[in-house]
Amino acid sequence: MQLYLPVAEVSVNALGLLLIGGMVGLLSGLFGVGGGFILTPLLFFIGIPPTVAVASAANQIAGSSFSAFLAHMRRKTVDFRMGSVLLVGGLLGSFLGVRAFEILRSKGQFELVVSLLYVVMLGTIGGLMLAESVRTLRRAKDPNAALVRRKRHTWAHGLPLKMRFHTSKLYVSAIPPFVIGLLVGVLAAIMGVGGGFIMVPAMIYLIGMPTKVVVGTSVFQFLFVTAFTTILHATESGSVDVLLAVILLVGGVIGAQVGVGLAARLRAEQLRILLALLVVGVCLKLALDLVLPPADLYSITSP
Amino acid sequence: MLRLLALLLCLALPAAAEETVVTGLSTDKISLNANFDGSELFVFGAIRRDAPIPPDAGPLDIIITIKGPPRQVTVRRKSRELGIWVNTASLKVRQAPSFYAMASTRPVSELIDETDRLRYGIGMDEAVRRVSGSDTIADTAPFTDAVIRLRMEDGTYAELDEGVILSQDTLFQTRIDMPANLVEGDYAAQFFLVRNREVLSATETTILVEKTGIERWIYNLSRQRPLAYGILAVLVALAAGWLAAEAFRLARR
Repeated sequence: MQLYLPVAEVSVNALGLLLIGGMVGLLSGLFGVGGGFILTPLLFFIGIPPTVAVASAANQIAGSSFSAFLAHMRRKTVDFRMGSVLLVGGLLGSFLGVRAFEILRSKGQFELVVSLLYVVMLGTIGGLMLAESVRTLRRAKDPNAALVRRKRHTWAHGLPLKMRFHTSKLYVSAIPPFVIGLLVGVLAAIMGVGGGFIMVPAMIYLIGMPTKVVVGTSVFQFLFVTAFTTILHATESGSVDVLLAVILLVGGVIGAQVGVGLAARLRAEQLRILLALLVVGVCLKLALDLVLPPADLYSITSP
Repeated sequence: MLRLLALLLCLALPAAAEETVVTGLSTDKISLNANFDGSELFVFGAIRRDAPIPPDAGPLDIIITIKGPPRQVTVRRKSRELGIWVNTASLKVRQAPSFYAMASTRPVSELIDETDRLRYGIGMDEAVRRVSGSDTIADTAPFTDAVIRLRMEDGTYAELDEGVILSQDTLFQTRIDMPANLVEGDYAAQFFLVRNREVLSATETTILVEKTGIERWIYNLSRQRPLAYGILAVLVALAAGWLAAEAFRLARR
């Protein structure tokens, strides 16, 4: 069934779109990752203009974060004080990101820059994940493997502007979470990702936040940052396609439920290798598109 | 596919040496529902003549062009830099029609001379012409050619040789595919009657093309009231995400 996306101004197969949403949802159900980093490149591949793909992905993440946020709030696993620091950074980052997006778009370089960023990001994540899975598989075979202990005190604790975060039981400087939030906000605006793959490890390893509250707090930040990014994109670049976002959302929710069910029955290590291979595959496809001669040297855009 | 009766056109064609064109009727407003792959525009009309056709006259032919509202477009060209393909040159075409279709009873090159074609402004190359000056690009032709090529590929420009059916030298009709992403506005339809490589008459009329349906509403809101649209997009996404999750929770119980 062909569906016309009003802002993207392309007709796409509605089932294919649901499937992509479902696949990304499946990933989030299986691995607990947001999946934005895989969603946006897949949208490029099916012919959605990159600017629309990025802005609409932010819209989709706002929707999918909402129910997750409600669930975390019920479980009281949100550190609102920490979340607010992250959020202030995130809003500023999103604002700067949308500015950069507009400059790149008017110069005709957005597609190139976002593809390069994705190649670097997916290459790094995919590579790290592959290495990690191989290590875990080996460790599982070796009963004497040393246990890695999380460092509770890092350089981040020596900075000024200390604040007390009761829910996280932390007394740390507000600067590192602000900077992390800012970075994630920029990524949300330019790449259409939530940024969990950066925020979650950074909060755990750099700030020493308890794992229990990290996800809920991140989701709180994503919800507001992506909502703000969506509105900024709608007013600044006019590239938010709400129909695209809603279809991806519905597919995503179904996929996530299936994923949660599957995760209980499948072996996590092997699944993680599959995800790593998928990430690396998408990365290679993007890299090839940059290197191989394009089908047509010319392209047209009308404002 | 939506078939629309767009035009009813009467052309008076006296057989005498002085030939004048009388348009009987014509502007029309059409609404296209752009939900699917696009729609079809059905153009038809009749030729009225006061005197019979002289027996020695050659065959009569018709050229129909339909031009969408002009828009500025930016054309970019890639070149290889450090191993990757980068947009390095760009050119603004100030006025390129957002839609262009040319249909005729026979290929246009067989019907009229090149000078007449240029004089009457028939053809895509004539439509995509006004280029703003550029210091860096000496030869702008590849850029305007690219506009025509890319738009023919995506279906917004089309050339239908032998697309017009003329029966008994009086009634004519043609079908023109309209893309789903068509621009709303005034479309200029031109009709040229040709005999013995000479344009006997040229008639122009406008059709107001409008889209209908929810897609059009979404698009217009996003352009006219972007802030309201952005807020609405967020609210719709929150509601959709929440509802879908709740529906699943209920279904599981």
